[in-house]
Amino acid sequence: MTKAIFKKKDLLNIASLSKEEILLIINTATQMKEISERDIKKVPTLKGKTIILFFYEPSTRTKTSFDIAAKRLSADTISISSSTSSIVKGETLLDTVRNLEAMKPHTIIVRHSSAGVPDFLAKNLNCSVINAGDGMHAHPTQALLDIMTVKEKKKTIKGLNVVIIGDIAHSRVARSNIKGFSKMGAKVSVAGPPTMMPQGIEKMCHKVFYNSNDAVKNADVIIMLRVQRERQKNFLFPSEREYFEVFGLNKEKLKKAKKDVLIMHPGPINRGLEISNDIADGKNSIILEQVTNGVAIRMAILSLLAGKKI
Amino acid sequence: MSIKIKNANIVDPENFEGVADILIEKGKVVQIANNIKKKAKTEIEAKGLVLTPGLIDVHTHLREPGEEYKETIESGVNAAARGGFTTICAMPNTKLVNDNAQITKYIIDKANSYKKTTVLPIGAITFGLNGEKLTEFGYLKKAGAVAFSDDGKPVADIELMRRALEYSKAFNLFIISHSEELKLTNKGVMNEGALATEMGLPGIPNLAESIAIKRDVELAKLTNSKLHIAHISTKDSVEIIRDAKKKGVNVTAETAPHYFTLTEEAVKGYNTNAKMSPPLRNKKDRDAIIKGLQDGTIDIIATDHAPHSSLEKNIDFESAANGIIGLETSFPISYLLVEKNFLSFSTLIKKMSKNPAKLLGINNDIKPNAKANLTIFDLKKPYKIDKHSFLSKSQNTPFNNFNVTGKPVLTIVNGKIAYIDPSFSL
Repeated sequence: MTKAIFKKKDLLNIASLSKEEILLIINTATQMKEISERDIKKVPTLKGKTIILFFYEPSTRTKTSFDIAAKRLSADTISISSSTSSIVKGETLLDTVRNLEAMKPHTIIVRHSSAGVPDFLAKNLNCSVINAGDGMHAHPTQALLDIMTVKEKKKTIKGLNVVIIGDIAHSRVARSNIKGFSKMGAKVSVAGPPTMMPQGIEKMCHKVFYNSNDAVKNADVIIMLRVQRERQKNFLFPSEREYFEVFGLNKEKLKKAKKDVLIMHPGPINRGLEISNDIADGKNSIILEQVTNGVAIRMAILSLLAGKKI
Repeated sequence: MSIKIKNANIVDPENFEGVADILIEKGKVVQIANNIKKKAKTEIEAKGLVLTPGLIDVHTHLREPGEEYKETIESGVNAAARGGFTTICAMPNTKLVNDNAQITKYIIDKANSYKKTTVLPIGAITFGLNGEKLTEFGYLKKAGAVAFSDDGKPVADIELMRRALEYSKAFNLFIISHSEELKLTNKGVMNEGALATEMGLPGIPNLAESIAIKRDVELAKLTNSKLHIAHISTKDSVEIIRDAKKKGVNVTAETAPHYFTLTEEAVKGYNTNAKMSPPLRNKKDRDAIIKGLQDGTIDIIATDHAPHSSLEKNIDFESAANGIIGLETSFPISYLLVEKNFLSFSTLIKKMSKNPAKLLGINNDIKPNAKANLTIFDLKKPYKIDKHSFLSKSQNTPFNNFNVTGKPVLTIVNGKIAYIDPSFSL
């Protein structure tokens, strides 16, 4: 059992984690995974701890995952969304969180549509802050659970060809995964329409492709991103059928990847837009395993930030 | 009231340079000579200090009327006087927009009542800054407006901008353009590029500024009107203006101290005091701005003083308001250009006093019978910028704790002391 102690107060992004810290989180999560397989899925690790889920953007998966993770560690959780908070009454973000902190929580988990909000909270609060996704900036727990899931299958991340396909510009998952997988030694490439490529992306990754066909060649891991249909209004792509044709993933294209390629998706999936039905449910897909590991990763982070080992 | 300033090193570019005494009576300079014998009520020993024509800011945001919690006209003129400014031009984008003669008059009357820095209001180009209907330039001028601008926003409608440029000629006034193509800015909050990508912030391309400047310069050419371009921040903008001047277009341009001092790096850590419009750019742009100041493409250094409270600034970066204050930091930050040998002191005074005066049609030469609008600087003593010492109501500056040397120590407006540094001994 690892005895290394996690010294950080907050988890704000993947960039600020060392390789060792990433491995510590994943190893801890691997040990915690077993708890979710039990009939009585509860351990006393965080008994008496209060955790606030502060979600300013719609979220089912991530919020539920954090909530379940906290409850399996016996923490008390309170959930606040933008529509139930005082922000709608005109209170400033800072006042809202200061009031929440005055109630003495141990941890605040925040999701917000604006990049940098978790950094802002961490600077202003004494309790731990966990970033559950901020704007286009970062989604560190998603990257950690993705690395964990690939590591389970491939043993090591080093040397793997990872390709991320979709709306890179607007994706915090893409940013965190590029950083996370690169840090662990993978060769990360991206693919998508040029309208969805942010400036400077070529400096952040191995290669940039403008179609999925070339991108998936020799891939060990393919991470598909959700494409928001509304983006058509901003002229980012002309039609769903052309998007699927050029940038989507189907059986035919998949043949170019390695035989044991892993297909991932942070969800929610647009079947038929970025990924075909059969692939999403096929033998290479580990999409649901990502979700299972998500709970374990979040249990690991919650307990490590609380200074607990297992 | 009379003031005698003794042994000042006078720097009035293209008019007078040298050590002399100055005698001021009834608001005016009466004599400039060595060893003036006549006594004055207030006598100031200025040996080792530098005296220049008072600084003029063509781009200040006072928040009155409407947002007095950020800045009042009173706190604004106090901050201006402390910053060495004897005249400032107030942009019209107050909460109650200066788009009519009544507000223009209100600003002037209120400013005059404090007997500090002179405030010259800039009228809106369009009612409510809505970009739909021209304001009454004639009535605004009669009330005291010195120029027209929708600053904070561009005039998006090219036909309306053309008419504004044409119509302004009837009153011998000029248009100040906030040049920005909003479709390119889109939801951007910082400079577009690798850093914005890294930080997950929507970016603003340089072209959002330069393409709009190109449009406005071409309109000035078409209409043969006088145009002033506000706050330029990019290399391409400098090149467009340089080219236009070469072709004889009647265009002037300003930049602000942050554009030749900082780069987008200042945004790191989601620093809302580095958020403004246009945004801080990269090193290549910053260097081009300095070059533009050196070769005369950029005529003026303006503050773009934009006060905001913690309500607008101590929040997340994307939601934070644009703008930083500058009245009390503009001179010391700009003086860094002299210390780094990018500009001579005399050129700096042209950018901060003589050229703004020229743009506004004011002669501010230091000479007998001229209004006594003067600033005295200590250019030797190093100090640290301290936002807590500001007379402005707001503290939104990226320059807190900067080590600087240039310090305005005495500001005389219309023959009266508007600011005197506490360390200054009479």
